[in-house]
Amino acid sequence: MNIGRFLAFFIAAATLALIVVGTLWPIPSAIAMAGSGADLLRPSSTPQAAVENLAHEIGQQDWEKAYSNLANKNEFSEEDFKRDLTGSYSSLRTYATLDNFELRPLHASADEEQIQLKLHWSTVVGTFVDTREVSVVRKGDRWEVTWPVVKEPRVPPQVIAVNYLRWDVIYRGPEDDWGTQDVEAPHVRIVDMHPVDRSDGVVILGELLNEDVVPAFVTVKATLLAKDGSAIATEDSFDKISHVLLPKQVTPFLIAFHNVELSQVDSVHMDPSASLIAASADPVIGIEDQRMNPAPGASLTGKLVNQSGQVVNVAHVLGTFYDKSGQLVWVSDQYVDRALVPETPVAFAISIPPDIARKVSTERAVTTTYSSGRFQ
Amino acid sequence: MKSRFTFLLSGLVLAAMQFALAQSGGLRLPKTVEAGSAFSIQSTGSGKAVLYVVGPGQVLRRNVQLGETAFFAPGGLHNAGHYLVLLVGESSTDNGAFDVVAANQPAALSFLAKPSRLPVDLRDGISGVVYVFDTFQNLVLAPTQVSFQLSGAAGAVQTRTVLTRNGLAWTKMDSEAKEGAAQFVARVGSVTGTRVIEQVPGDPCRLRVSARPAGQRLAVETEPVRDCSGNAVLDGTIVTFTESYKGGEATVDVPLKHGVARTEMPAYEGARISVATGVVMGNEIRWGKER
Repeated sequence: MNIGRFLAFFIAAATLALIVVGTLWPIPSAIAMAGSGADLLRPSSTPQAAVENLAHEIGQQDWEKAYSNLANKNEFSEEDFKRDLTGSYSSLRTYATLDNFELRPLHASADEEQIQLKLHWSTVVGTFVDTREVSVVRKGDRWEVTWPVVKEPRVPPQVIAVNYLRWDVIYRGPEDDWGTQDVEAPHVRIVDMHPVDRSDGVVILGELLNEDVVPAFVTVKATLLAKDGSAIATEDSFDKISHVLLPKQVTPFLIAFHNVELSQVDSVHMDPSASLIAASADPVIGIEDQRMNPAPGASLTGKLVNQSGQVVNVAHVLGTFYDKSGQLVWVSDQYVDRALVPETPVAFAISIPPDIARKVSTERAVTTTYSSGRFQ
Repeated sequence: MKSRFTFLLSGLVLAAMQFALAQSGGLRLPKTVEAGSAFSIQSTGSGKAVLYVVGPGQVLRRNVQLGETAFFAPGGLHNAGHYLVLLVGESSTDNGAFDVVAANQPAALSFLAKPSRLPVDLRDGISGVVYVFDTFQNLVLAPTQVSFQLSGAAGAVQTRTVLTRNGLAWTKMDSEAKEGAAQFVARVGSVTGTRVIEQVPGDPCRLRVSARPAGQRLAVETEPVRDCSGNAVLDGTIVTFTESYKGGEATVDVPLKHGVARTEMPAYEGARISVATGVVMGNEIRWGKER
């Protein structure tokens, strides 16, 4: 037998063995991810099994079955349970899928156990974690989960008058003379730029100002140049920036270059671009109770308050962090998984690398909002 | 058919160019012809011939009697450039050349004004470039006087007069201190071109915030926001209110509405409230007593 055939036989045997092991002893999160894992559920004869089964049913979006197995069904309806997990208004939660989950027993007695359940949801803009501390109670020979339902406030029917500005743009038409002016593109300026060497590469941090009187759609591209003038790499800020800037608004930006060392870089070529867009000055979002929480788990937390009458489906919070001398040291962001309804605070938490958190003296947060049926 | 004709003409041109080296030429041609004007070509000899006039984007063909003058009516040639003349007779070929130049009378202009929007009180902030053309859209290369005039909302008028060089003239103007649309006019003889320049307020000059209780919260608002020339800063401009209190902070980005930014913020004793827009900082106030 030559070595090629032996290798093929070995790979086939190893694959078969892994399939058998995975089928006979699946991990809970794998069950949640599997499309037809219902048959693999254990009976809820232990607190862990009851919570695992519930998480699995949530992952399958089998709301009816999940709700029917709860111990505190009399406290809320199945719709309330579903709304708790998917959101009352269209938001990131509405389109999220359960990626996996973790259980951590907190404390236990003969008839009750407290378990921390971490649901890892995946969305188009990344993952978010929904952490619940559930109580599991014994009902005869089986255990049932008491679900700590979070009821999102509903906005009562009303009319809210909004008269904020809106900008629309009419561009030059093909029938106009070639000398006819087109509408001027917005003037934007980088007011701060700072390269940082990180373990996984180089990061360009900065702030961009719309110094014009019209709204701008902005992007920032950076090219790292070597000593001989050649380009090492080009990247843009992707979503680590607020792309829509109203007049005199400032956004932070972060551009990551992986697998590049700062010592290789001689200079950085920055290329901010701005184009006119139709935009609205509404909604106004207040950011309240901002607090820096030290390491471990360093984060900037706060609450977003929608001061306008329009429901915001997705909010993106960007945090800018400065040291004692006022120098920009980090930019981080978080998407808020729940919709922002008028005058209702929604919490956010932006995590910060521990080594950066020690340097942070002041911070600034800005939000970008997206509402369905409207660009901004 | 057209390509065959072009091929034939090209062949004729090449043959004539070679032939021209050996011939002194029996054609009497004008040195220059003004675009669109009448002209004539005199030939020598006798017999019949075909006269070709080949130029940029235009070819004329005329059956002529050698020894007579061929007249071309006004409008016959209208593209400025270098024209080649070929006289193909039964036994000989002759050639020559002349230039068609743009008419000196300007009939149209292309006016480029940049930018279309700029802050007030900016020195040399507005540029205007004019290209002068004749009736047939030929660039008029002869020096021509162009007058530029910028009249703003405040009624102030800036005027410059510039001679064209190689068909174009340019100038720079200052934006005026008062905001509003300015008319930027370029004039060549009786021909004018007008562009509108939007002069917008500059950065806020004096930004002041005040606060008053509003139930359990604070109502904060700015004084009317103006630039250093006294123009009201445009609505929609973002003003950032920042409230710092023990252990926390609140910020709101608020657009100006009717020249004023206002919002509500949490009420904390001893809180410091500051205001900024863009890179311009305003004043800072303290609310109540510090704990």
